[in-house]
Amino acid sequence: MDLILQQTINAISLGGVYAMLALGLAIVFSIVGLINFAHGDIMTFGGYGIFLSLAFGFPPVAALTIGIGAAVVMALALERTAFRAMRGADVVILLITSFAVSEILKVLFQNGISARPVPISLPASWSGTYQIGGATIGVVPTVSILVAFGSLAGLTWVLRRTATGMAMRAAAQDLEMLRLLGVRANRVVAVAFALSGLLAGIAAVIWTAQRGSVDPMMGFFPVLKAFIATVLGGLGSLGGAVLAGFVIGALEVMTQAFLPDSLSPYRDAIVLGLVIAALLWRPDGLLPAANANRS
Amino acid sequence: MDTALEIRGLDVRYGAVQATRGVDLTAPLGGVTALLGANGAGKSSTVMAIAGARRIAGGTVSIFGRDMTGAAPDAIVRAGVAISPEGRRVFSALSVEENLTLAGSVLGDPARAADRKARMIERFPILGERRRQLAGLLSGGEQQMLAVARALMSGPRLLLMDEPSLGLAPQMVDRIFAIIEDLRDEGISILLVEQNAALALDVADHAVILANGAVVAAGKPADLRNDSLLQAAYLAA
Repeated sequence: MDLILQQTINAISLGGVYAMLALGLAIVFSIVGLINFAHGDIMTFGGYGIFLSLAFGFPPVAALTIGIGAAVVMALALERTAFRAMRGADVVILLITSFAVSEILKVLFQNGISARPVPISLPASWSGTYQIGGATIGVVPTVSILVAFGSLAGLTWVLRRTATGMAMRAAAQDLEMLRLLGVRANRVVAVAFALSGLLAGIAAVIWTAQRGSVDPMMGFFPVLKAFIATVLGGLGSLGGAVLAGFVIGALEVMTQAFLPDSLSPYRDAIVLGLVIAALLWRPDGLLPAANANRS
Repeated sequence: MDTALEIRGLDVRYGAVQATRGVDLTAPLGGVTALLGANGAGKSSTVMAIAGARRIAGGTVSIFGRDMTGAAPDAIVRAGVAISPEGRRVFSALSVEENLTLAGSVLGDPARAADRKARMIERFPILGERRRQLAGLLSGGEQQMLAVARALMSGPRLLLMDEPSLGLAPQMVDRIFAIIEDLRDEGISILLVEQNAALALDVADHAVILANGAVVAAGKPADLRNDSLLQAAYLAA
């Protein structure tokens, strides 16, 4: 019982990170058709933002905020310098552009900061635990879950209830028509990138708080899982990305917790095998996008 | 300034394909100008180039006497142009009201946008009845009304209407054409693209016929109605 509760907390907390990353990928994809391979590097940059601001003596809460801000700024900068010029290009060309951007950033991180992990030391009091019915629950995973749900709810509110969100939903369906109404597309696209950067920054905060270090590949592995989530959820489907992010987080934690040790090297293979099976069953994803035929 | 729109030598290309070649077109102020021709004659390319959504490879577009060649769509909307595009292209995942609100947001004045939305709902009562419904659930005719209402939200003086009657039941076509005449009577200049030439010539003050991307005839509807060029233009595709 305790183990199940603990593992459930772990699953939701990991799934929350995947869900935020997948949602960021899906927002950008749904509007400009870009599968942003550099999303992981935006997250990594957020992690370095935390590391550097702690190194410069900022208090922890300020450092985390600066890290989130750094990810937003990086997302906007990549949109402006790399992706805006490629707007409307074929999805494969956009994907290759994002590969290039990703490689450049990784090299900059390696040569500019360090190829090795750099430590992020947050106050010891943050790594506490508490007891529920005999189970020991970490404070960080609990806060992670609250932050992830808060972010997802906030983003849903922005998309459903604000003028900008309305424009983004319209842009996801028909960006050209939105421009024909006189709405400035560049602004809508920039907001989409900023929101995806915001989510990547929050994911970076949760990730570094749990792991205590940053390295040039930090964002790569969770974003790889988030990519799988966007495909499993239905490419371009925001709800699908979130749902599949949680599904993959849960699968990972469950396989880690309950598989016999002899099978643990095959953990990723088992998770991916299940994803493939799900896609054979539902080729358009768990919750297909309304206009899945685009690009 | 007695023209709403003046196009000279318009070339639009898609890669190696030339969609229009040297199109000249003048739309008088306050009238209906019909742009006719068969499928693929270059009508929609012309309209989309005017709206700023296609790169202009050659020629000039001036709107209310101002050169707007190559301007971005938002500048063209601010110059007083709106479009009801081919296929209507309403935002199907947004409600009827959201479609109008979004179009009104370019006014930058919420009070004026709300006022104009109220006037649209007065003009098209069915949109008021369905305001909370998703636009994708409307019938084709209702979607066409929404596309026109959405275009009118920015308060245009020149309205581009691309195939407004396509796929609609005959009664609904009559309604749409009645709306076109109302708008003309209110002083809005209209460029009307239609495959249904007979219908378009009934409401038009002036007509231009395209075939294979070039103008083959232009003039008064009465003179064009029996013109062999009109027949030929439709057979050319």
